[in-house]
Amino acid sequence: MNEKKRKGYERKEALRDLDKELELLEMSRNERKTDFEQEKAEKKKKRSQNKEFAIMAYAFVGLFLALIGYMVYFQAVRSREIVRSPYNARQDSFAENVIRGNIVASGGEVLAKTEVGEGGAESRVYPYGSLFAHVVGFASNGKSGLESTENFTLLTSNAFFIEKFKNEIKDRKNYGDTVVTTLNVNLQKVASNALGNYKGAVIVLEPSTGKILAMVSKPDFDPNTISSIWDSIKDDENGNLLNRATQGQYAPGSTFKIVTALEYMRENPNYSDYRYTCTGEIGVGDVVIHCYGNRVHGEEDLASSFANSCNTSFSNIGVQLNVKSFQETAKELLFGEKLPGDVPYVTSKFQLTESSSDAEKMMTAMGQGLTQVSPYHLALITCAIANGGVLMKPYLVDKVTNYTGSEINKTKPKKYAELMTSGEAFALKELMRGVVENGTASTLKGRSYTAAGKTGTAEYSSDKEKDHSWFVGIRNVDNPDLVIAVIIEGSDGTARAVNVAKEVFDNY
Amino acid sequence: MENIIVELSKYLLIILVAVYTYLCFGVFGIEDPYRKNSMLTQQSVVMFMIQIVAFGVMFLQTGEKKMLIFYGMQFALFLATIILYVNIYPKVSRLVVNNMCMLLCIGMIMLTRLNYSYAMKQFLISACAVAGSLVVPVIIRKMTTLAKLRWIYALIGLASLGAVFVAGRISYGAKLGFEIMGISIQPSELVKIVFVFFVAASFRISTSFKNVVLTSAIAAAHVLILVASTDLGSALIIVIVYIVMLYVATKQWVYLAAGIVGGAGASYVGYKLFSHVKTRVEVWRDPFALYETGGYQVAQSLFAIGTGSWFGMGLFKGAPQTIPVVEKDFIFSAISEEMGLIFAICTVLICVSCYVMILNIAMELRRRFYKYIALGLGTCYIFQVFLTVGGAVKFIPSTGVTLPFVSYGGSSILSTFIMFAIIQGLYIVREDEEEDIERKKEERLRAQRSIKRLG
Repeated sequence: MNEKKRKGYERKEALRDLDKELELLEMSRNERKTDFEQEKAEKKKKRSQNKEFAIMAYAFVGLFLALIGYMVYFQAVRSREIVRSPYNARQDSFAENVIRGNIVASGGEVLAKTEVGEGGAESRVYPYGSLFAHVVGFASNGKSGLESTENFTLLTSNAFFIEKFKNEIKDRKNYGDTVVTTLNVNLQKVASNALGNYKGAVIVLEPSTGKILAMVSKPDFDPNTISSIWDSIKDDENGNLLNRATQGQYAPGSTFKIVTALEYMRENPNYSDYRYTCTGEIGVGDVVIHCYGNRVHGEEDLASSFANSCNTSFSNIGVQLNVKSFQETAKELLFGEKLPGDVPYVTSKFQLTESSSDAEKMMTAMGQGLTQVSPYHLALITCAIANGGVLMKPYLVDKVTNYTGSEINKTKPKKYAELMTSGEAFALKELMRGVVENGTASTLKGRSYTAAGKTGTAEYSSDKEKDHSWFVGIRNVDNPDLVIAVIIEGSDGTARAVNVAKEVFDNY
Repeated sequence: MENIIVELSKYLLIILVAVYTYLCFGVFGIEDPYRKNSMLTQQSVVMFMIQIVAFGVMFLQTGEKKMLIFYGMQFALFLATIILYVNIYPKVSRLVVNNMCMLLCIGMIMLTRLNYSYAMKQFLISACAVAGSLVVPVIIRKMTTLAKLRWIYALIGLASLGAVFVAGRISYGAKLGFEIMGISIQPSELVKIVFVFFVAASFRISTSFKNVVLTSAIAAAHVLILVASTDLGSALIIVIVYIVMLYVATKQWVYLAAGIVGGAGASYVGYKLFSHVKTRVEVWRDPFALYETGGYQVAQSLFAIGTGSWFGMGLFKGAPQTIPVVEKDFIFSAISEEMGLIFAICTVLICVSCYVMILNIAMELRRRFYKYIALGLGTCYIFQVFLTVGGAVKFIPSTGVTLPFVSYGGSSILSTFIMFAIIQGLYIVREDEEEDIERKKEERLRAQRSIKRLG
């Protein structure tokens, strides 16, 4: 049939060609010439008539090439991050074919696993109970922590393909991948014990890589029992579910003097000439600012003002600062900006404007006022200081392996941003070293390691007896191995954040 | 076991659609009519293979016999469409018929998976539309008065848009249409075609400045009514179609530039004036930040496309129902989620091949009226594809228009069928014209020769 059709076509073609040849033969040379020219002219006319059509055709085809290019880019580059979004409920359908994988600490200790009981009933078990409650999170009643951000990985199986194939045929579930975290069980325990029953948070990082080694928030909860306690804690005023380390918002207190000092150094290259005589109080209008504990520090330079955490001296600095440039520095230190890392956080606020009064400037410079910050953010600033000005992107997932331990991918430490020059970082580190050597954090003096840091006390209510106690610090100042940020809420003065840091530093 | 079959079928479907798409563009360079014809036949065979694989997989997963029966019905419809078109109009463009069936086929597979009763409705509308559209090419070919009815086109367009504006119901913030016997009709879909006829008829008469102003004023009236009805997707399509036709007809860069600047200005005013335009732009910027307040739809679409990745989850293995109005504005995301982004990109390329074919026809035609119509309809079609696909992947803000032939919707299907039937009519006119030219040439030659002999 086809053969016949083809022959038919060929015959027709051949006949037509023959006709044309005969025609040409019959035509005189002249005729041929005019005919050829006519055809050429016609083609030319058509082309010029169609120029605009062609332009439009190319324009739209170009538009589609751009669109398809974008789709390929989206899939190849952007989709990985989007798919992992906690909003993506599609991930949960993977659970039909995959047993949720384990979350383990850097030393291999299991932080979360799925136990499969009789008849295939699965339950999520957290061997350390409440110790990793906030950072590891929970996977039922909604999701939080790593259980939420790593949901996609935990429900993806990279088991050996033959095994997967076998399971498929036998209609059995595959094992999900294992998330190996950067968390250090020992440091987490020490930090949690040191914080005791106080409300507050501790976060510990390795500044040279951005690894988060410990993250504690109190009060906490036991994720093993999340379903049964859910109703009682979900709207609880205590905020058990809140990860204070990243989502807590506090006045920074004197820890903010780090930012003020940096701004002062930027505006005054000869900052080592700064002199101030502290009389214990400074007043502007009807606002009077006292030094903590009503101390009188006498004559000070910048280093001793910082080491003594002298409020009056920093208020004095505050009124001299250029607000615009101060705003710029705060922005560079990520106030009001996005923070790096996969953890959910609250953006910090720095609210000084050019119309702010002198009193507000003074309050802001010494860390009161309207500034709000999380322990996570202060830890990141301290990391940058410890790391020569460069902030490494903080991360919690060191690598992902399949359930037998074969590596699927590993996180490489990545530079996030340069928050300040290395010179500035060095100068700030020296100021912070002074705080330990001859200032408010002398508890950390004379240990087997060197330390630097800044203490802080933040008033938060009308109750003058209780303050938030802050500490940010660096262990091994010349070759920093740890950075810590600690907050203790509502301390009556006996519980000090610097003591928590000491416990952690001692036990590393 | 079932999962393995679904898994393998995914790759098979992708290979088949890739072959089909390759043939779509492959035929453009082929002169040899036998080879061309056999490639076009291969295309149809590939389409039927895609259909049988997809329905086989869906039957396997649901175990419902109605899948097989429905498959049989669709197979019959597509076969009949191809046979009828090719036999009634031997000069028809087979590529356009094939693409029409292919896009409809992809749409029917996805709709059957998403919502069986919608799919059944769509099937019935398509069957009627095929039958109805068969007469359109004759009308185009025979009715030479079509070029002279410009005021009638303007009147029909403005009157029906006005009627919808007054009597229309509210749906998703836009007064778009009314319902007849359970089938929702959106006149704006059909008005786009009438509008193209109006502009073509007007520019056929003259492209003098005076006439350009007059035509632009009437075009602006269309756009304003659509904007007032908050049907901004259609308004945008009309604007683009008009600018393109104006530029091509007048051959003046100035009009193109003025159109683009004016369009951009109007968009900015729209953005400032209408809160729901503003929302859509903000959602486009960051759908996740506005997840609770309007970003949900686009975010779900991105999850669908991202989770499906290159090869898709497999039919019935994804969760496309989580995207609001997935059957209409976001069917592209559903295709991408379950059949894979490669399959989805091939679908887009098939649409582009339709456009290239239409513009090809426009360039080959001689009479200006027909040329403009082909250009206008082609632009209307491809820009609508761009809006819906671009919106689904967040390349541009989502505008809420359908993917022609693929999305669910009575008037969308109907108007696209009419549009393509008109294109077919124009293609036949082109063949007629060519025959005419050949004949005239022959006559001239013969005359010359006989003069010589006599002399």
